[in-house]
Amino acid sequence: MRDDSSSSPSNPSRRAFLKTTGETAVATAVAACAPVHASSPPGQPGPPAAKADGPSIAGAVPITLRINGKEHQLHIDPRTTLLDCIRETVALTGTKKGCDHGQCGACTVHVNGRRVNSCLSLALMHDGEEITTIEGLGTPDALHPMQEAFVACDGYQCGYCTSGQIMSAVALLKEPCGRSDADVKELMSGNICRCGAYGNIVAAIQQVRKNH
Amino acid sequence: MKSFEFTRPEDAATAIATAARAKTAQQGADMRFVAGGTTLLDLMKLNVETPARLLDINRLPLDKIEATTDGGLKIGATARNSDLAYHPTVQRDYAVLSQALLSGATAQLRNMATTAGNLLQRTRCMYFRDTAMPCNKREPGTGCPAITGSNRTLAVLGTSEHCIATNPSDMCVAMAALEAVIHVQRPKGSRAIPIGDFHLLPGKTPNRETVLEPGDLITHVTLPPPKDRSKQVYLKLRDRASYEFALASAAVVITIADGTVTYARVALGGVGTKPWRSPEAEGALVGKPAEVANFRKAAEAALRDAKPQSENGFKIELAKRCLAHALQMAATA
Repeated sequence: MRDDSSSSPSNPSRRAFLKTTGETAVATAVAACAPVHASSPPGQPGPPAAKADGPSIAGAVPITLRINGKEHQLHIDPRTTLLDCIRETVALTGTKKGCDHGQCGACTVHVNGRRVNSCLSLALMHDGEEITTIEGLGTPDALHPMQEAFVACDGYQCGYCTSGQIMSAVALLKEPCGRSDADVKELMSGNICRCGAYGNIVAAIQQVRKNH
Repeated sequence: MKSFEFTRPEDAATAIATAARAKTAQQGADMRFVAGGTTLLDLMKLNVETPARLLDINRLPLDKIEATTDGGLKIGATARNSDLAYHPTVQRDYAVLSQALLSGATAQLRNMATTAGNLLQRTRCMYFRDTAMPCNKREPGTGCPAITGSNRTLAVLGTSEHCIATNPSDMCVAMAALEAVIHVQRPKGSRAIPIGDFHLLPGKTPNRETVLEPGDLITHVTLPPPKDRSKQVYLKLRDRASYEFALASAAVVITIADGTVTYARVALGGVGTKPWRSPEAEGALVGKPAEVANFRKAAEAALRDAKPQSENGFKIELAKRCLAHALQMAATA
């Protein structure tokens, strides 16, 4: 999902503006320990995986992460979780940080096609693996059927948990799951929605499963 | 999170030789094997675990689930909980294990968590997880505030005056009823440990939770051949319908012939300081008619030595009903 498709330098969208200024601020404040940044804007052809030759970080180690089909050669602190690496280093901010302890599911991404909590995994453990985030599912012009269903069924309010819900829901399609709403609820119990959009989330998932 | 060195040993021998230099394999370990990371990273973020070195064993060939020559099952240390739960052999022959795994955590966590990691799952006692509080398990000799504090979810079996922390695993409870054996590769040789001997009671050293020593690498778990015509049930009672640790759970494997119980393996979860096999309940069942009154007697036997704390006395009756109900479910399945 591109979030800056209508954004231009003279008329930036709110998200694009925040994203740009945020990155600048981070780079300025912690240049000495800033992660090497090697991504191009989503959906745009960038340079082939940028080389990890940016500012040196004490104790940083090289890693190649393959996210949404694109390789990122990075230097990261070994402590960096997969979540923080995706959000802060690669700057794909669709994946959200909620509890940071595997309790809320906002950080759900796919690793080799299976859903995991990216907050409870080190980025280094996924060197060379295939990672998919919400940005890799669909585009504004061609939504993934699950994204379409969430829109159609109003499966969210504030939206903070939504990318995690959708990543979980897409993975669920390939898992052994009974037909009933109760079965869906059980397998979605790792994704908390504080707005309480659960009824519509289940409806969205069941709609996709019927047509799947 | 404290800084650490991250390495990926090329083979098990290298992993073992490296880990053998650790001071301890118990609480406070300076080296840790990491696989799923679901417990370890959680605790590292809380500074409850502060290893200086992580040894990533995810790429070692330890993830297979395969039949053994004697008709049992060999479960690799890094087999993911979801793969184990949905494995056709497990669902058919060791249903109690599949049910236990699927009652634990979430789909995401089960995709990450491994067999060995689940064996080593740490307590959810809030005092253990909070470095601002004393805790004999985390820092020996500092005291146990749970005994006079918040202990609603903590143990009633196997406690000591030093620790009342509950073992949180569902998988281990099922494995206790299935008489699993844990296989450990060591710097010199290997060792096969019945699951009943693997976890330690807290006693005076709650910081020691298992028999593992530095350099011990769990390679796999074996299950004996499935008990012919056994009925298996895992029943878990908790505050929420899903994604919650057990207040009480029961794993039962029984066979019944002509209305009489001919074989019984019983283990309890959520109430013990370790996965709680109950030979008392088993003894009360075998040879008796498979009926509700006897199931209740077995449950009474299982909880006879239970010791309530200030807030968790309800667990004793809850565990009894849980076990009696699980037995009834198995008998009528």
